[in-house]
Amino acid sequence: MLEVQDVSVRLGEHLALRDVSLHLDAGDTAALLGPSGCGKTTLLRVIAGLQPSSTGSVRLDGRDLVGVPPHQRRIGMMFQDFALFPHRNVKGNVEFGLRMRGDSAEARGARVAEVLELVGLRGFEDRSVSELSGGEQQRVALARSLAPAPRLLMLDEPLGSLDRTLRDQLVLDLRELFASQRLTVVYVTHDQAEALALADQVTVMDRGRVVQSDPPPVLWSRPATPFVARFLGFTNLVAVGVTAGVVRAGFGVLVDGVDWPDGPATTLIRPGAVRLNETSTLVAHVRSVAFAGDHTNVELTMADGTLLEATVPGPPPPIGGTIGIEITPGGIQLFADDVPAPE
Amino acid sequence: MPRRWLLASVPVAFFAVLFVYPVTSIIGRGLYSDDGWHLEAVTDVASNPALRRVAWFTLWQAVLSTALTLCVGLPAAYCFARLAFRGKRVLWAALVVPFVLPTVVVASAVLGVVGPRGLLGVELQGTVWAILIAHVLFNYAVVVRTVGAFWANLDPTLEEAARVTGASAWRAFVEVTWPLLRPAVLAAASIVFLFTFTSFGVVLLLGGPGYNTLEVEIYTQTARLLNLDVAAVLALLQFAAVLCMLLIYSRYAHRRGTPLRLRAADESAHRPRGLAQRSLLVANLAFMTLLLGVPLGMLVARSLGGTGGFWAHYLDLGSSRRGSVLFVSPLEAVRNSLVFASAATLVALVIGGLASLAIAGTGASRRGGRWLDVALMVPLGTSAVTVGFGFLIALDSGPLDLRDSIVLIPLAHALVATPFVIRAMVPALRSIDPSLREAASVLGASPGRSWMAVDLPIVSRGLAAATGFAFAVSLGEFGATVFLARPDWPTLPIAIYRFLGQPGPSNFGQAMALSTILMMLTVVAVLAIDRWRVGSAGEF
Repeated sequence: MLEVQDVSVRLGEHLALRDVSLHLDAGDTAALLGPSGCGKTTLLRVIAGLQPSSTGSVRLDGRDLVGVPPHQRRIGMMFQDFALFPHRNVKGNVEFGLRMRGDSAEARGARVAEVLELVGLRGFEDRSVSELSGGEQQRVALARSLAPAPRLLMLDEPLGSLDRTLRDQLVLDLRELFASQRLTVVYVTHDQAEALALADQVTVMDRGRVVQSDPPPVLWSRPATPFVARFLGFTNLVAVGVTAGVVRAGFGVLVDGVDWPDGPATTLIRPGAVRLNETSTLVAHVRSVAFAGDHTNVELTMADGTLLEATVPGPPPPIGGTIGIEITPGGIQLFADDVPAPE
Repeated sequence: MPRRWLLASVPVAFFAVLFVYPVTSIIGRGLYSDDGWHLEAVTDVASNPALRRVAWFTLWQAVLSTALTLCVGLPAAYCFARLAFRGKRVLWAALVVPFVLPTVVVASAVLGVVGPRGLLGVELQGTVWAILIAHVLFNYAVVVRTVGAFWANLDPTLEEAARVTGASAWRAFVEVTWPLLRPAVLAAASIVFLFTFTSFGVVLLLGGPGYNTLEVEIYTQTARLLNLDVAAVLALLQFAAVLCMLLIYSRYAHRRGTPLRLRAADESAHRPRGLAQRSLLVANLAFMTLLLGVPLGMLVARSLGGTGGFWAHYLDLGSSRRGSVLFVSPLEAVRNSLVFASAATLVALVIGGLASLAIAGTGASRRGGRWLDVALMVPLGTSAVTVGFGFLIALDSGPLDLRDSIVLIPLAHALVATPFVIRAMVPALRSIDPSLREAASVLGASPGRSWMAVDLPIVSRGLAAATGFAFAVSLGEFGATVFLARPDWPTLPIAIYRFLGQPGPSNFGQAMALSTILMMLTVVAVLAIDRWRVGSAGEF
């Protein structure tokens, strides 16, 4: 459905995108995830036709979009600050795309009512956009991009300026809407929880490059690089050395019997893979303890000062105490150190 | 008493004493004497076909000049607002140069190109084309700078949102950009119309006997024919026309006060993309060079050379010779102009700033603000001859005996500069999202503090433009100053005018040298003011 092939964008001296490819099936939601400045908004603008690419191609439904102006691409886009037209009321904003393609007044009125109903703003037609709350403005912007029934809907940090509770609610609403309307969606965010909750496929970007593109469960269980792991919220990334299958960190041996070439590496230790074990030779100091319902989050200081996070089922260890821990062999993931980071 | 009326009282008093009183005095002197009103002049004027022709010409040349200036100015405003290119800052400042030059100098610069022995070899003196060219040259900066500054702060994603939602580039402009831009365009157009409607020096020099505006006719009737009654009727007629135009303008300008989310100008400009944008930029830069560069280049060229060497005309400026056209050394005129311009700018910023706050203030009593807005625009549309003469006639007794005081000059300049300050500041003040101010006051800022923290940074770009314009207007003011300047305190334009009125290549060369100095001073002043903003917040 959407096929982005080796797109690069040069802005002056700066390469905003390098050889970015993206594939999206009809009805799926793709999330573009990454820190600000990683190029995700630029990619959106390239797809929308607002930003020419230096090289590469964008195809939608098999049709090459090079040279097609933005208004003929039939793509809906929701902007970061919503970009509602301040001189038009809610109806004037929502019907804009319908008016541009020449729909009759009755057809427009019916469609506007329908879309407003869909986003939960029935009867808001005559309100001025400046008197709406942030959440309502977000919904009007969504309704405006949905009204002309675009082939592809793109949202740029649509929840960025809203508060946490509202965001959690809207994420659920959006997922339901995407599914019920069978929308094909590209969703840009820097919030990994949003991306994982909404998308069929998450594409992580860093400094203009795609680092990993996978369905959320794969992304979560096998992050491709330490950067992805860190961006997903993992903090236990430890420098290790591997010798004959034995993985050794500064504070002791983590696991043995791994299939990995000898040499320095980086390892991700999943918090759930840290087990309490009285008899273990790995000694940890309990720095803090936070009860989290089904489990307890424990912060540990290891012998060489390394900090580890652990999620522990059952009764929590006492703060300030010293305990022994072990690592489940399946709970670590090794990354080669010689993979050059994108400069 | 509401605070806004307190704010408004100072500008109102200023306006009453320095405008209403002098102007009514001179009109009264023309139409009234001890034995009652003399209204025969009204029927005389109405039945005189020559005067009717003058009125008709005044109107249509102003409409045409305004339309032409908008046609060439709006594309340039777009280039400055949306495109990034080398030398933009310097060009932005240089634009204002022709606008502040004395009309006499601009007129002769235009003659250097299309005059009898002009560069182009086509003789346009005495035709309406010479007048139109000079008017466009004169007012180009008003459109480009007023509209350009506003456009630069307009959020470009609004247009992009329209594009993605199915609007072609043209429709996105018509449906979104134009409605949001319209107040700034109307403001610019109204100023250009006022200037060209009351045009004096340009028409006097370029129009020849065939073309007279009301302003030229008023001058002729007052100073040459001493027909004070006919002059008074014509002044009233011009005044009424200007008032009508202002009322129409303010009706439209106030209809929409859309709060906009403004963007820092640097953020909204990008390098030109594609053939269309590149050729638009090149075409505009070429036009600017042609329109501004050629006539002003001729000016500089004529200031150099001469029998005494390359710099002879400049070296002559330092001396005050017996029998010279000035009582003092011409260089003192430079100092006088700087002193007057500083004082006038200060007064205009205070008066215009207070008035802008009162006009832009929210609340039920919008009507009051509108009247104040219109009232303070009126001096722009009133004949400078009337104002200058009015000052001399009216301000001559009691506490207002200022006839011989040099204070009159900066006050007259401030009167003309105040509308620029208001035009620059009111749109900026209006577009401030009230929630920002509320946010500041909720955070514990007193009204004064929240004004400093919120309004001042946002309006500072408008303020910088206002300061630049006020200073420039004062440096170049000619029509009223010619009545008020004392022989021992000439300003630059007066000195240039005196030199131009004398025969001989040396006097002409010195006039051109002084014009060049005035031009340079203006560029330096505007550049400095453009750079000086309220800290980094100037970029909001």
